[in-house]
Amino acid sequence: MSPPRSTADLRVIDDPRPLPAVPSAVLGTLVFILTEIMMFAGMISAFQITRASAVLGWPPPGQPRLPADETLINTIALLLSGVALFWAGRRFERDRREARAPLLLAFALGAFFVVFQGVEWVALLRDGLSMTSSQHGAFFYLIVGTHGIHVIGALCVMAMVVQRHQQGRLASSTFQAMRVFWYFVVGVWPLLYTLVYL
Amino acid sequence: MATAEVTHEAHDDHGHHEDEGFFKKYLWSVDHKVIAVQYLVTGMAMAVIGGFFAYVFRMQLAFPGEAVPGFGIVSPAEYNALVTNHGTIMIFWVAMPVLIAAFGNFLIPLMVGCDDMVFPKINRLSYQIFLLSAIVLISSFFVEGGGFGGAWTAYPPLSAVSEYNLTPLGATLWVVAVALEFVAFLLGGINFITTAMNSRAPGMRLYDIPMAVWMIVVASILFMASVGPLIAGAIMLIFDQTLNTGFFDPAKGGDPVLWQHLFWFFGHPEVYVVLLPALGFVAEIITTFSRKPLFAYRTVLYTVFGTGILSFTVWAHHQFISGIDPRMAHIFTITTLLISVPIAEMMFVYIATLYKGSITLNTPMLWALAFIGEFLIGGVTGIFLGASGPDVFYHDTYFVLAHFHYTFFPIAIIGSFCGLTYWWPKMTGKMMNETLGKIHFWGTVIPFNVIFLPLFVLGQLGQHRRIYSYEGFGELMREDVWLGMGMQDMRVLATMALVVMLAFQVVFFVNVFITLRKKEKDAGPNPYNANSLEWLAPSPPGHGNFAELPTVYRGPYEYSHPDRKAKGTDFWPQWEKE
Repeated sequence: MSPPRSTADLRVIDDPRPLPAVPSAVLGTLVFILTEIMMFAGMISAFQITRASAVLGWPPPGQPRLPADETLINTIALLLSGVALFWAGRRFERDRREARAPLLLAFALGAFFVVFQGVEWVALLRDGLSMTSSQHGAFFYLIVGTHGIHVIGALCVMAMVVQRHQQGRLASSTFQAMRVFWYFVVGVWPLLYTLVYL
Repeated sequence: MATAEVTHEAHDDHGHHEDEGFFKKYLWSVDHKVIAVQYLVTGMAMAVIGGFFAYVFRMQLAFPGEAVPGFGIVSPAEYNALVTNHGTIMIFWVAMPVLIAAFGNFLIPLMVGCDDMVFPKINRLSYQIFLLSAIVLISSFFVEGGGFGGAWTAYPPLSAVSEYNLTPLGATLWVVAVALEFVAFLLGGINFITTAMNSRAPGMRLYDIPMAVWMIVVASILFMASVGPLIAGAIMLIFDQTLNTGFFDPAKGGDPVLWQHLFWFFGHPEVYVVLLPALGFVAEIITTFSRKPLFAYRTVLYTVFGTGILSFTVWAHHQFISGIDPRMAHIFTITTLLISVPIAEMMFVYIATLYKGSITLNTPMLWALAFIGEFLIGGVTGIFLGASGPDVFYHDTYFVLAHFHYTFFPIAIIGSFCGLTYWWPKMTGKMMNETLGKIHFWGTVIPFNVIFLPLFVLGQLGQHRRIYSYEGFGELMREDVWLGMGMQDMRVLATMALVVMLAFQVVFFVNVFITLRKKEKDAGPNPYNANSLEWLAPSPPGHGNFAELPTVYRGPYEYSHPDRKAKGTDFWPQWEKE
């Protein structure tokens, strides 16, 4: 690592400035999440408008129905992953080493969500639901796919956090920022599930 | 830091050395001042391209069908591509990088008194993505079919279906370039907000932050909050273009007006994203050169936040004739007219700041005063367009065009020159030539008005935008309509004024060249006797900015304070205890 470029990044002991109310890593992540919320809001409102103005009803006739019941299992898995990460955070603040088990559990549940969804997509594609088959398919893959990419990206960061934690060099603010982002990814899913699947 | 750490990992293998070569320094530097210069130079290079495009299509309008010197005969498709990319470049590759990215990067750490941005590597990544986006946009002019010609608003189905726009590659590259540019500014915005909130010098309270920093921070928040829906829309548009989906295609059950909502939900706050930094520069300049505190600092600050919130509620005034419900049009008319109140208030605040000041009319001050005057014309003409009734007539005429050039020219060009001439001594350590600066000022501002005042008249007479040649429209070729001029004479007048204005830009580049050639650094740390923290650092500031991190004792606008006047000085820097 090159030496720290900014005192805010790695605080010098005699830095006279008061500690910020929100660590920079968390604040930066929150600003990023603001954009993400607005992006999902844009997609959801576009979806709602298109659904409301569909002439032939929704979902369109002749198009496969979405597996709402199976996805409920997946929804619960993702929510549990959020709970596990919350638990990991609580343990991390008490004793850093204890966070390992819930952290791995959160990762495993998140990975399960991605794999489950992949299997679901393969089945739907086989049944004839694609981005060009209808507006229904287009919006399904757009919204659920965008969320899926977020889950995969967040899992990559979580893998890095797991590795750093194992090496004993996980900064508290990094872990906190990662948790905030995961809560966003988990928190937005029930909304998407309710709107798109049900 | 989740995202920050990823980039740390990704770039660590490149290492960092202090004695790097040109490419290392200018492509891999993490110093906020180097990144600011990168943004500035790239933005100015794009401004030259955008200005050249304007020259070519204005020549075509003045002398339709004749070969344009330096370009040749302009075909209708080329005309469309030139107009589209002129708008795109000037907003996304000139106004944004210069006003927000260049000045935000340069000023925020210096003005809040820290050594660099909070996330320097994200900052570097931001510029690299921005450079990539510029390269993608420029490459789109040279692919088969030419550059995208569906206007900078990219309304589908024209932008989505290649059978209509006839630029299958150009259209997609255009959207990709814009999307990359958004990513670059997202990364920049995270830095600006976090640095201003968390890295301030000890003693600097929120109300001690200079207005230029506040304005860039609020502009960044507006950008971050408004760009999401357009990113969603851009993804959908790229899918429509490449995967053959039908999000915006009515033939496939899509809705083209949906794009207009997604676009203008971003597009209108975007006006304030670029306006606010320019207003911030003007605030710094008029307080320094009238030696007076900013009138009603806190009120201005609250007004800025209020404007930002209101700017999210006005977007559909761009769509009064797109078939939206007339009852909705009433609501958007009211919100649009409301937003002129805070902007008018800021104009009055600036005039009140000037009132009874001890004014120095140097080049930065002239630019700042010109900003107030010219933007006022843009604001007042906006009221006609914000009201749904008159807008039915004015929509897509040259009146609209003249209106938004009277807002965007003061913002992007006058605002940039405000910042550039004012902070130039800080950036280079050398004073610019005042005579050349004033010649450049008058040679820019006078022709600017000669270009666009006739276009208001042409718009009133019903001249529609986005038309290649008016020769086929008898009612738009009438003689003797204004001051003895015919409609075509006015087009020629506007084009001639543009050529004059572009020629006067040479004076600016000569001034820059002469200044950079000067051996002696004659500016000193504080050439204007100004108060804010950047004037404590040496000119140009070295690595780490300050010899030691400053402590702040008061707000940035304590000019002509009675206690200090008793001691024989009219300014009271933020960093001086007594």
